[in-house]
Amino acid sequence: MKKINTDVSSKHNSVSFPEPNPKWGREEETEVFAQKTKLFRQGKLSEDEFRRFRLQHGAYGSRLQMNYSMVRIKVPSGEITPTQIEKIASLSEAFSIGSAHVSTRQNIQLHWVQLEDVSEVMRGLVEVGLTTREACGNTVRNVMCSHFAGVCPDEEFDATPYAKAIARFFIRNPICQNLPRKFKVNFACCVKHGLVRIADIGLIPVIKAGVRGFKIYLGGGLGAASFIGHLLEDFTPQDKLLPTSMATIRLFDRHGNRENMARNRMRYLVHEIGWDKFQKMVLKERSIVEMTTAISTAKLFDVKIEEGTRELPKTVHTTTKLPMLHEQVTLDSSAYERWLHTNAVPQKQEGYFTVFITLGAGDITANQLRVLARTIRDFSVECTARNTPLQNFAIRYIHIDDLPDFYNRLASIGLANPGALTIASAVGCSGTTSCNLAITNSHRLAKEIQLKFLQLGLDTDDSLRDSTIKISGCPNSCGQHEIATIGFFGGASRIGTAMAPTYTMLFGGSAGEQGELGKAIMRIPAKRVIDTILTIIQLYKQERSSAETLNQWVDKIVRGDGRGSIKNIENMKARLIPVTQLRSVEEDPESYRDYGNDMKFSAKTARGECAA
Amino acid sequence: MCSLKNIMMRTKNENISKAKKNESNGENSNNNNNTDQHFQLPIICDVDSLRTLIRKKTVRVVDVRKAEDYQQEHVPTAVSLPFAQLLEKDMPVGVIDILQDLSIVDKMPVVVYDDTFGALAARVAWTFQYVGHTNTALLEMTFSHWKNQGLETEKKINTFPKSQHSLNVNHNIHADASYVENAKDHPNKILVDARERLNFLTEHIPGAKNIPYTMVGANGNILRNAEEVKRFIENRGISTDSEIITYCGSVGTLSGLAYYALKLAGVKNVKLYSKSFREWKSLGKPKEEFKDANYWDLSAE
Repeated sequence: MKKINTDVSSKHNSVSFPEPNPKWGREEETEVFAQKTKLFRQGKLSEDEFRRFRLQHGAYGSRLQMNYSMVRIKVPSGEITPTQIEKIASLSEAFSIGSAHVSTRQNIQLHWVQLEDVSEVMRGLVEVGLTTREACGNTVRNVMCSHFAGVCPDEEFDATPYAKAIARFFIRNPICQNLPRKFKVNFACCVKHGLVRIADIGLIPVIKAGVRGFKIYLGGGLGAASFIGHLLEDFTPQDKLLPTSMATIRLFDRHGNRENMARNRMRYLVHEIGWDKFQKMVLKERSIVEMTTAISTAKLFDVKIEEGTRELPKTVHTTTKLPMLHEQVTLDSSAYERWLHTNAVPQKQEGYFTVFITLGAGDITANQLRVLARTIRDFSVECTARNTPLQNFAIRYIHIDDLPDFYNRLASIGLANPGALTIASAVGCSGTTSCNLAITNSHRLAKEIQLKFLQLGLDTDDSLRDSTIKISGCPNSCGQHEIATIGFFGGASRIGTAMAPTYTMLFGGSAGEQGELGKAIMRIPAKRVIDTILTIIQLYKQERSSAETLNQWVDKIVRGDGRGSIKNIENMKARLIPVTQLRSVEEDPESYRDYGNDMKFSAKTARGECAA
Repeated sequence: MCSLKNIMMRTKNENISKAKKNESNGENSNNNNNTDQHFQLPIICDVDSLRTLIRKKTVRVVDVRKAEDYQQEHVPTAVSLPFAQLLEKDMPVGVIDILQDLSIVDKMPVVVYDDTFGALAARVAWTFQYVGHTNTALLEMTFSHWKNQGLETEKKINTFPKSQHSLNVNHNIHADASYVENAKDHPNKILVDARERLNFLTEHIPGAKNIPYTMVGANGNILRNAEEVKRFIENRGISTDSEIITYCGSVGTLSGLAYYALKLAGVKNVKLYSKSFREWKSLGKPKEEFKDANYWDLSAE
């Protein structure tokens, strides 16, 4: 294996960065992939066999074009170094489309890579300690961790090393190479941040009587049928983290449904068995695991080696206010102030900020990635970035005095747009840009919303700030539409005499420990989605009580607790129907086409690649 | 790649055999006996070799950037041939005129460079070879890279007395539309589209394989090393014994670079469809299109 590059920050050059994920990627696997691809092309490997192998190694077939792959790069806990970012830039230029895509699960995806070049992409990734291994298929997928872990004022301890240790323990581990279906593990930093209720295993770090541990939620997940995870026990001490995870995976492996692909995620198993029984099974299985796991195996779970060695500013728990001239920003504010207000948040380390890079539905060019990498080296004390489920990058440990220079550097390459943490930055899965399952172009719709909302300055409106818009191109939930204030998933509807792309709109979803799933409201033609959201905002402004945010108001409507003329979902629907009406296809053909298409709409899909 | 200094230390015979080994298709080697005056260049000329040749005044360096860029500064002794000027006279007789104006004689070492990742330089080098100049190489890097390395430049406008150059068209390295059309019936003739992936997906000549020009260069070099390019084409199941025809969007620049990448990888028989996809479309020839995905919307450009 080639020597892994190390990052040395130019601003803080006293400490070199630890080797990123040593032995995480493996060169021999790239050669095996190249070999298997050749065998498949020569007809010596069946399509099914090859698909299983390909997905296990992180190459997902592209929309209606199986000669191309989406290569999914796992970024455990989202932590990524400048050298890794630069490598992804060159790989996207050489073998993909010159842009990379940040997913909603902290992966970075390269689209439309020719199948024959996938091994070359893998080879490049190995050089910088990255891998695509088990990024798709029936495996433990990328282990997520809140991008605020380590800097969140509300966290009890930094969960990052635990997330990375779990990721390392399960990758290539024989116990999870052939699960009934994919398996997702998400770590939070506090009760507010993190996607703990929508994962197979969701974990919130807590300290009890001086002992580190977690609140563990099991059996959550989004999809065609979604469930919120259940709390296993009040407190799971850290020495039971590994046995609990192993026990859960073993139960899923043993009892999970291997027949019906539509119902084989662990959440269905939990639902069918019933939580009380499943909970008892996990606790029993855990004692068996504890009694039977060899010490040598248990030692492979090593949190200590995953801890960073870089000296970071001390936590003082007095967060610093943003250096703003004005409390509020408006469309007339300077671009810098507007960006600062909507993209930066104070850390628990005094004088330091976490700054978000606004992207359009997670897309970033190779040149932007290179400038981003240099900027991280020059400004971030920890000298890494985190990619986030908001489909962007969080750059942490930016000193208050460096914020203007940091901004200018990003602005030079179009990376300093405002609105990253506001309603303007809509999340959109890849949709019909590359996914076999997609019905609509959710990706473009998310970009159109962002463009429009930034033009209108909706990012400057603090009453909209805690609201989110998330869009999936089909009922599966890669766009996480069920945890959005206003969520959408794509479909096709007959309107009059013609088919049109439509979205089902959902209200009132949320993430965090109190996370709830959104409620379906109504169907809206794709080309009416933006007008519909703007109408909702207008109605909110007419109806809200003084300090209420859009998010709070929407929740109230969902509960049927509205105070004004809109009291419940039915009232809301009645008010929105006029906005969603289309004229006939002859009068207004454009409204019957999807974004990015000048042709008649037809819902084309093929077999999903999620399950192998 | 070994530098000229090392090469020069070897015997003359070794020198000639190396040149022949580098270029076995005839376009860059001599049909008759080599002469002592001219060092035979490989496909890519590295910096050390070029600087040695410049010192010995035994090379013609051709700068194909815009005239105003050349006037600012250029590689020492370089002459200016703006790419647009080549396109204006892009017929064999016109190109011979250009060679003569640049004082290039038969078999004289010519090294071409640009600031467009090697694509314009490649098209110019190919054109010289096409009309029968058998000793042309690409500088391993672009002018920007040369400058960033702190290598010497000059402002002096170089002119040399007009020369005589013979015309000897090398039909083996060129393909026209009808040749391309007939090639599809031959399993051993492979069409390579050198445009970027999204352009290729949108439309391409039926049966073409995509090797985007972005694949062939890396780390400041206009071409990767031969082993890497060789692996890329082997991964695609293409044998180096195949005949490969490269094309791109308009005038054969991106595909010119791909042409040299394939030569470097050891593909013996490579042809350039210099009028490329623009002509193909204007002739109303068939295309393969892929309209079932909105892949353009993934680009962050």
